[in-house]
Amino acid sequence: MADHLSPLAWLLALAQTALFVAIAPLFASWVKRVKSRLQNRCPPPLLQPYRDLRRLFAKEVLLAETASPVFRVAPYVVCGTAVLAASVIPLVLVAIPMAAMADVIVLVGLFALGRFFLALAALDVGTPFGGMGASREMTVAALAEPAMLMVVFTLAMVASSTNLSTIILHTLQQPLALRPSLLLALLALLLIGIAETGRIPVDNPATHLELTMIHEALILEFSGRHLALMELAAQVKLTIYAVLVANLFAPWGIAAQPGAGALLFAAAALAAKLALFGALLAGAETAVAKMRLFRVATFLAVAFTLALIGMLSFVILEAPA
Amino acid sequence: MSGYLQLPLLEQAILTLAALVLVSSFALLAQSRVVATIHVFAWQGVLLALTTALVASDSGLYHLYLSAALTLVLKALFIPWLLVRQARRLGILRDFDAVLRPGVTLLAAGAVVIFCYAVAQPVERFSRTLTHDAIALSLAVVMLGMLMLVTRRKAITQVVGFMALENGLFFAAVTATHGMPMVVELGIAFDVLVAAIIFGIFFFHIRDSIDTLDVDQLNRLSESDR
Repeated sequence: MADHLSPLAWLLALAQTALFVAIAPLFASWVKRVKSRLQNRCPPPLLQPYRDLRRLFAKEVLLAETASPVFRVAPYVVCGTAVLAASVIPLVLVAIPMAAMADVIVLVGLFALGRFFLALAALDVGTPFGGMGASREMTVAALAEPAMLMVVFTLAMVASSTNLSTIILHTLQQPLALRPSLLLALLALLLIGIAETGRIPVDNPATHLELTMIHEALILEFSGRHLALMELAAQVKLTIYAVLVANLFAPWGIAAQPGAGALLFAAAALAAKLALFGALLAGAETAVAKMRLFRVATFLAVAFTLALIGMLSFVILEAPA
Repeated sequence: MSGYLQLPLLEQAILTLAALVLVSSFALLAQSRVVATIHVFAWQGVLLALTTALVASDSGLYHLYLSAALTLVLKALFIPWLLVRQARRLGILRDFDAVLRPGVTLLAAGAVVIFCYAVAQPVERFSRTLTHDAIALSLAVVMLGMLMLVTRRKAITQVVGFMALENGLFFAAVTATHGMPMVVELGIAFDVLVAAIIFGIFFFHIRDSIDTLDVDQLNRLSESDR
């Protein structure tokens, strides 16, 4: 583990985080593009989110009269936690120094911190939409978080570690196996990811309809660079879940050791996996209708139950006797 | 290194399918519409038949292929078809039916699985089959069928719960002792078939006498306060 402290490893980790944040808008745009095509609409250009972000960063920030310092700090905390969470996840290189410092439980904690400030800022201005959005976001989060932790525990039991790098290396080094626990954990993580990133059927990322929106209601009062940071944070979070699914359950191709060839191959493999995952997500979003808010509890109970059965089937079927 | 990884892929597939049978039991509990419940029950039959066929090819016991075929025809095709037909004739195909909130029932089901695991531990030590790990799962499928019987109000979904319970017993026989003797299995299969038909007749009798399939109405004895 001595090479974890070398400057090169840190440099690679920083570059990987920068790459993560840089591809996040592209991934969100890709999902939007496939979805538009599936619905016979003309898609926006692939680079549109970058233009939107540049435009928003250049605009001035308008603050409500009732806004407190919390409102001004929140975008930086929300985006900061999202980027920090992204830095913990192995994207193309497994051995990163950050993974030794923050494990997957810290990752869930970072999400919770970002969400807390998001809800706080939405409540801060005192508009009804902000309050409504905060209440809904917290309802979804309170149900999604235990399910997410169950998935985390299942993975941790399979790999005997909560360290993301170790979990991925464990999967890479083992012979190909059909594990019911991982299969069910994957299904649960997909459901949780859909709920946490506000996709259909839990929330519609493209709507500004008062009665249905969750995420859009929270960021209604933000403008200028604050809004840009919030948008970026949401895109990074979506990409985090996609990368988690791709790298935890199908890590093949990822570079175990730094090397130009291995890194390039890992980048190509990751691009293919993300493109496929994005297309599947867009297809699912097109096929499924948005559900009533009160059904979300059942949706997440199913996710929790799947994760629970995954964990139990590890104990019952797979654990060494 | 866990022993699970040394198993051949076929046996891993059997255990994965066994876990999916358990998932289908949970799915049965979570459904609130009559028609969706019957569909999930049919899928459980398909999974069960697939598991049995894989166990048959793994153990080389050819009579299990026959059991698998019987399960597929009876539990995945014929009984669901019969139930859907009866529900349509009774006009309750799209009705809602759940006593507790699905989330609460699912949590109770999780507790039941843990209980079954604890109970099945000593049994698993005596079984010599390759699938002895799945005995706890089959016991859980039986208990979840019972839980479904308890939490449902409509007679037709209770019948689905009863059939799911029988699925669990069959599953237990396959995993613990590689199936029962063929005579017994045939007997049970025809019992289940006859039961499904008799239940169907009873649905119409219940509806004729109390105008609904909601069995909570059967708690009251007097006819005067209706």
